[in-house]
Amino acid sequence: MSHYIPPTHEHDLDPIQGRTALVQGDPSFSEITEVVARPIEMPHKRWILFFLPALALLSLLPVSLGWLFWEGVGVWGNNVPIGWGWPIINFVFWVGIGHAGTLISAVLFLFRQKWRTSINRGAEAMTIFAVICALIFPGVHVGRVWSAYWLAPVPNQMQMWVNFRSPLLWDVFAVSTYFTVSSLFWYVGLIPDLATMRDRSKTKIRRMAYGFFSLGWRGSARHWVNYEAAYLLLAAMATPLVLSVHSIVSFDFAVSNLPGWHTTIFPPYFVAGAIFSGFGMVLTLMIPLRVWFNLEHIITRKHLENMAKIILLTGSIVGYAYSMEFFIAWYSGNEYEAFVFQNRAFGPYAWGYWTMMSCNVITPQFIWFKKIRQSPKALFVLSIFVNIGMWFERFVIVVTSLHHDFLPSSWDYFSPTIWDVTLFLGSFGLFFTLFLLFLRYLPLIAIAEVKSVMPRANPHWVDPDKAAANKERDSHGTSGDFDSKHDDDDDGTSDADSKVVVKSDEPKDEEPDAKDEEPEARADDAKDEAPEAKADDAKDEEPEAKADDAKDEEPEAKADDAKDEEPEAEADDAKDEADAKADDTADEPASTDEDKKDDGDDGDLLFSPPPVDASKKEGKDNE
Amino acid sequence: MSKPKIFGLMAEYETPQDLYHACEKVRDAGYGAWDAYTPFPVHGLEKAMGLRSSLVPWIVCVMGFTGASLGFLMQFWMSAIDYPIIIAAKPFNSYPAFVPVTFEPGILLGSFGAVFGMLGLNKLPQLYHSVFNSKRFHRVTDDRFFIAIEARDPRYHTEDTRKLLEDTGALSVEEVED
Repeated sequence: MSHYIPPTHEHDLDPIQGRTALVQGDPSFSEITEVVARPIEMPHKRWILFFLPALALLSLLPVSLGWLFWEGVGVWGNNVPIGWGWPIINFVFWVGIGHAGTLISAVLFLFRQKWRTSINRGAEAMTIFAVICALIFPGVHVGRVWSAYWLAPVPNQMQMWVNFRSPLLWDVFAVSTYFTVSSLFWYVGLIPDLATMRDRSKTKIRRMAYGFFSLGWRGSARHWVNYEAAYLLLAAMATPLVLSVHSIVSFDFAVSNLPGWHTTIFPPYFVAGAIFSGFGMVLTLMIPLRVWFNLEHIITRKHLENMAKIILLTGSIVGYAYSMEFFIAWYSGNEYEAFVFQNRAFGPYAWGYWTMMSCNVITPQFIWFKKIRQSPKALFVLSIFVNIGMWFERFVIVVTSLHHDFLPSSWDYFSPTIWDVTLFLGSFGLFFTLFLLFLRYLPLIAIAEVKSVMPRANPHWVDPDKAAANKERDSHGTSGDFDSKHDDDDDGTSDADSKVVVKSDEPKDEEPDAKDEEPEARADDAKDEAPEAKADDAKDEEPEAKADDAKDEEPEAKADDAKDEEPEAEADDAKDEADAKADDTADEPASTDEDKKDDGDDGDLLFSPPPVDASKKEGKDNE
Repeated sequence: MSKPKIFGLMAEYETPQDLYHACEKVRDAGYGAWDAYTPFPVHGLEKAMGLRSSLVPWIVCVMGFTGASLGFLMQFWMSAIDYPIIIAAKPFNSYPAFVPVTFEPGILLGSFGAVFGMLGLNKLPQLYHSVFNSKRFHRVTDDRFFIAIEARDPRYHTEDTRKLLEDTGALSVEEVED
């Protein structure tokens, strides 16, 4: 990948806010573009190794659906008391997974959680694909699929309209609106990045395809004003929408008069569960992807930790809801309610219930331990348990409430058939196929958004090396008075400067053997990045070789880059960083514009690798 | 061959900071037909450029309320006028039960308003634009920042405008064909 700088100092600080920087290693803007665009432009062979199994799984979908259409819903395990069975369980499961994407893209946006920018694109893609999978199930569960359009308020041969008093009908509107709005939101976010891909394209087909879908986006500031307003409003509308969707899904249950379903806690409990499961899936997808795509400095451990905390919160809400359901079953004094819950925990489906309890209630509590929430491996395992647990939650809700209905003679036990299983696996095939196609052709990271949250994107940010140089010249202890050229109208500057200086004094404990393959780089105080040392293996992306290839790949990309002025820019950025980190800023001339033009001559300063310390090696091991 | 028409002058900047201050200068010089181009939204740039706030919220507002009204009217007409049926002893116009399907079309049309309103106000899709004639402009979606002052601006004067842009610390200033 590009000037990939491994997340060596986890405590890389944001010079303005003083918090852990969202993007580690202080890369330049073009380095972000490079690292994100690379897997699309030079896909790794590994991609096909995942794509083929996904296609194989996907092939189960038409087979199961074909058999279902031919034979009817009798091919499933659904029986008379348990009419909903796996299809509805899977529907709720997939819709729930989708919710994390919208939560990340909309709710966190409204709360100004800037860390969302690293994960929102992938999470939104996950949302859309999960909702596509979800939509299959109720669509085919209607039995006579050729009449599925009766779900919509369109004239039909019955000459009747739909029943707007039914939650099932609300669900049709909620989920289809949700799908449409999520897709729009995702696409709007993609437009600037598609333009980036267009402008990087080397082939005509790519240029035309990306050009067409980027709608001729040219980054105009006048456009950005409208764009940002539209984005904010989409977030503002998607937020109540996502809450409504799973509330309405829960109405499918709660509005009915069935013990076990008829509870007022369902809407908040379902929403929390949905977010819980969705974040589980985001972690499952992102933890390997950040390693394979060399994005560990963009999707940092801080991001994983934040997501883990949301899992902890929503998992605890879910645990609370489970116990509150039991409490109410007892407290209400309703014997049928009480029976259902006793039966749930100790009846024939006790195995399902306790699987759910251990996965959803116990698993997230491990996140209280800092060691666990900072370990990607542990979080990955945990996220798998969350996914399993949330599927079982829906299983327990649907099956245990239905299997003992009001007439004991009709009580029955539910067992799925092979076609239940193949359809479910087929939906996973669809999900992974779509997600892999997304990874192959679209940027996984919202490039423009990540750039916009970097400190250097702030129009009042002060280049650390210039600030430091100015500081030398002025010998004013405090900042803020010497940078009038850069900041004549800003108040946040003084902060910036003082923090920057602190940062430049950070100790650098280098660990030589972490960088064996780059003698030059090491030799010259982390400044001299020799392109020829790395031009040979540009494509090696094996995770275990990551430490090497992260750096090795870069110069070739630059070398055959058609952009003729690239080296100059790199040199500039590189120098800035180098000087920010090195202490010897004294020899840096204070003038700014001159300085900028001269920098171009130092072509050897491609970028400065950050100090590498022991934590880096540990980090690799953990992942 | 006649001389190609000139779109305007385009200046290139390296950082959002340079661009920001350059925009303030161009704004203060009184130009109207000009624009800045950035790889990502630079916050506060609209002030430095003297732009007005977006009209998108108004479109969304109108569309959202239209969607919600249509949603409710559809349910009312279908349930209470066109084919009234008594279901579970509920009134024909069971308006509390109509809330979800009132809300969802409101959101749906509001989102259409946001997306298509934004595209409409931006006059997108527009696959061809003169700025793409610049050799350096492809970096606008990567890491460079541009200002283009258009020749149709009454204050545009090749020499003076070029000097203004050069004085703002531009990396390069080029004349772009229309």
